[in-house]
Amino acid sequence: MATIAPELPLERARSAPRRLARIRPGRIVVHLALLFFVVLWTLPTAGLLISSFREPDQLAVSGWWTALAPATIREAARLPVAEAQVEENGVYVIRGSVLEPGSNRTIETFGTTNATLGDTPAGGTATVRVGGEITLESDGAFVWTSPTPFTHTTGPRVYYAAELQPRATFENYATVLTANGVGRSFINSMTVALPATIISVMVAAFAAYALAWMRFRGRTFFVVSVVALMVVPLQLALIPVLRLYNEVGSVLGIPGKGYFGVWLAHIAFGLPLAVYLLRNYIVGLPREIMESARMDGASHFQIFTSLVLPLSIPALASIAIFQFLWIWNDLLVALVFLGAQDDHVVLTGRLIDLLGTMGEDWNLLTAGAFISIVVPLLVFFGLQRYFVRGLLAGSVK
Amino acid sequence: MSSVSISHLDKRYGNVEILKDVNLEIRSGEFSVFVGPSGCGKSTLLRCISGLETISSGTIAIDGQVVNDVPPSKRGIAMVFQTYALYPHMTVYKNMAYGLKLMGMPRAQIDEKVRGAAEKLQLTRYLDRLPKALSGGQRQRVAIGRAIVRDPKVFLFDEPLSNLDAALRVQMRIEISQLKQQLPNTTMIYVTHDQVEAMTMADRIVVLKDGVVQQVGTPMELYEQPQSLFVAGFIGSPKMNFLTGPFAQKFNAHTLGVRAEHLDIVPEDGVWRGKVVYSENLGSDSYIYVDVGTEDPVIVRQSGRAPYHAGDVIGIAPKPHELHRFDAAGRPMLN
Repeated sequence: MATIAPELPLERARSAPRRLARIRPGRIVVHLALLFFVVLWTLPTAGLLISSFREPDQLAVSGWWTALAPATIREAARLPVAEAQVEENGVYVIRGSVLEPGSNRTIETFGTTNATLGDTPAGGTATVRVGGEITLESDGAFVWTSPTPFTHTTGPRVYYAAELQPRATFENYATVLTANGVGRSFINSMTVALPATIISVMVAAFAAYALAWMRFRGRTFFVVSVVALMVVPLQLALIPVLRLYNEVGSVLGIPGKGYFGVWLAHIAFGLPLAVYLLRNYIVGLPREIMESARMDGASHFQIFTSLVLPLSIPALASIAIFQFLWIWNDLLVALVFLGAQDDHVVLTGRLIDLLGTMGEDWNLLTAGAFISIVVPLLVFFGLQRYFVRGLLAGSVK
Repeated sequence: MSSVSISHLDKRYGNVEILKDVNLEIRSGEFSVFVGPSGCGKSTLLRCISGLETISSGTIAIDGQVVNDVPPSKRGIAMVFQTYALYPHMTVYKNMAYGLKLMGMPRAQIDEKVRGAAEKLQLTRYLDRLPKALSGGQRQRVAIGRAIVRDPKVFLFDEPLSNLDAALRVQMRIEISQLKQQLPNTTMIYVTHDQVEAMTMADRIVVLKDGVVQQVGTPMELYEQPQSLFVAGFIGSPKMNFLTGPFAQKFNAHTLGVRAEHLDIVPEDGVWRGKVVYSENLGSDSYIYVDVGTEDPVIVRQSGRAPYHAGDVIGIAPKPHELHRFDAAGRPMLN
């Protein structure tokens, strides 16, 4: 039917209702729910991304969803003092502009006090309190005239509402990237995350194999302990662990704050979940393969390296991603074990430093977040090719 | 010389006794088949011999040497698993070479052995393939090849054909039998629940039930002189007819066993008389199910096509000297 359909439009028309009939209400609900969650999860990220390209001024007054619409902002500018006046045909004039060139603003209304800001449209004339009348054009140029000479020593303010044209800018990124020490922090974060991820995944894999396939006394107890350890909140254990580390470290002569400590801490806090997940995966590998290897004379170590590791790659890759993400985004453990000194601070710590003390430069966080996301994304896409299905195909059955 | 002797072997999991006082002597070069219903402990017994399971008491000796504490790889055995258990990420070649590599064999020798085994099993073309690119029969051959290359003294097969379809199963059965002929000095132990496999392949059959060895003997011994009611019923297809109560009392037995081919349809009343409930025509022979008043209908085998239909009343009579009489304990009674 598919081949003759183009020649017979009638056939095609008849198949359309059939295709519609296949769409069941259940499927629609499922798809709508799916769509809902996808939107729910990706929307904040999309907002962050859009925000990171907006100008700080715009970011401050309107949400990212208005990014394409011009924003109206209210500002004030101080007019020049009396020295700027010139006499033209018996009238005293001060000329100038309230906007900087390239400020991207179009003045809509203005006034000489905050209360009368909306009273005069651009191009109109308003009376100034210290004398004379001012005409303000929409491009910011003003002409202030007075029949008597100006004598004021402080420039009065002119208040205006201006329309800010949307504009994509790399300003935020440029600020973050050129900020002092961001590059250094990037390296610090890598120095923390890479070894901590690799070591913990390897240790977890060894432990998971032992807990899954080696027979020894108390194995169940260890498995249960691992599950139990997942319950311990990191915030609770952090300080006792730090004290323990410092005490042991002082005996062994290891400095209190350093990469070694932060590696250990991340490995320790990451291990329970990693061991648990990996064990559940490895215990599901076919028993016959292990037994076959034992018949072939393989030791536990050889079974682990030549069979279990290659067959667990998808699980190892997902655990590695989890672990890397967690370490990369961590601030607390790094601050506690590594400290906040300039040469040690990790990227998350540095991004916080970029904020002003009152949190006023939060526009920088939008760009900072995306710079920080790049690495986990690279890790994810780099490891993605290891998520292979059917790795065990052909082994049993 | 590679006999396997098992004496007083017990295997327990906690309080559950899987194998009870197993005593077996498997002769060198013999093809021995363990058969029994599922859960009878036949696979466990094989795994005990392989060393994958420890034994609770007793001894296992290969070639007269007790191997109770010898690890599987040092026992001189090779095992073919029910599910092939191929290494999925290794090519056929590497699958076969893996054990040899672990032994520390030089590469040239490994190559020679693997290629030799591949040729024997018609796998040469597939040496570079991964197991997933092979058919079921080819995978099973790789599993066998992996066992062959190790030159084992004893070959263990754990239900190797139960994953294959019917046609392939018959073919592989013949291939394994031929393999046995090529390796006359290798002892083979084969576990199956399929009594047809047992009957066709075995030199000797070991029948197990509930962890106890019921009878050991050649296929024909088991068929003709079953030592228990269980063996009589388990070996042979269709199942041996059992008659109890008044039917057996007439012959001075508790249970009377008679095989389908040892019953004749007679024109007169015969020994028993009943209504045909069902008849199966297989072309070469037919099976007639006759209700003579026992719980299950009596099955009668006839050569060629049988002209009977459901509802016909016929008389049947057993051939003389082909009756199996059993006492109340299920033991055969001597005639």
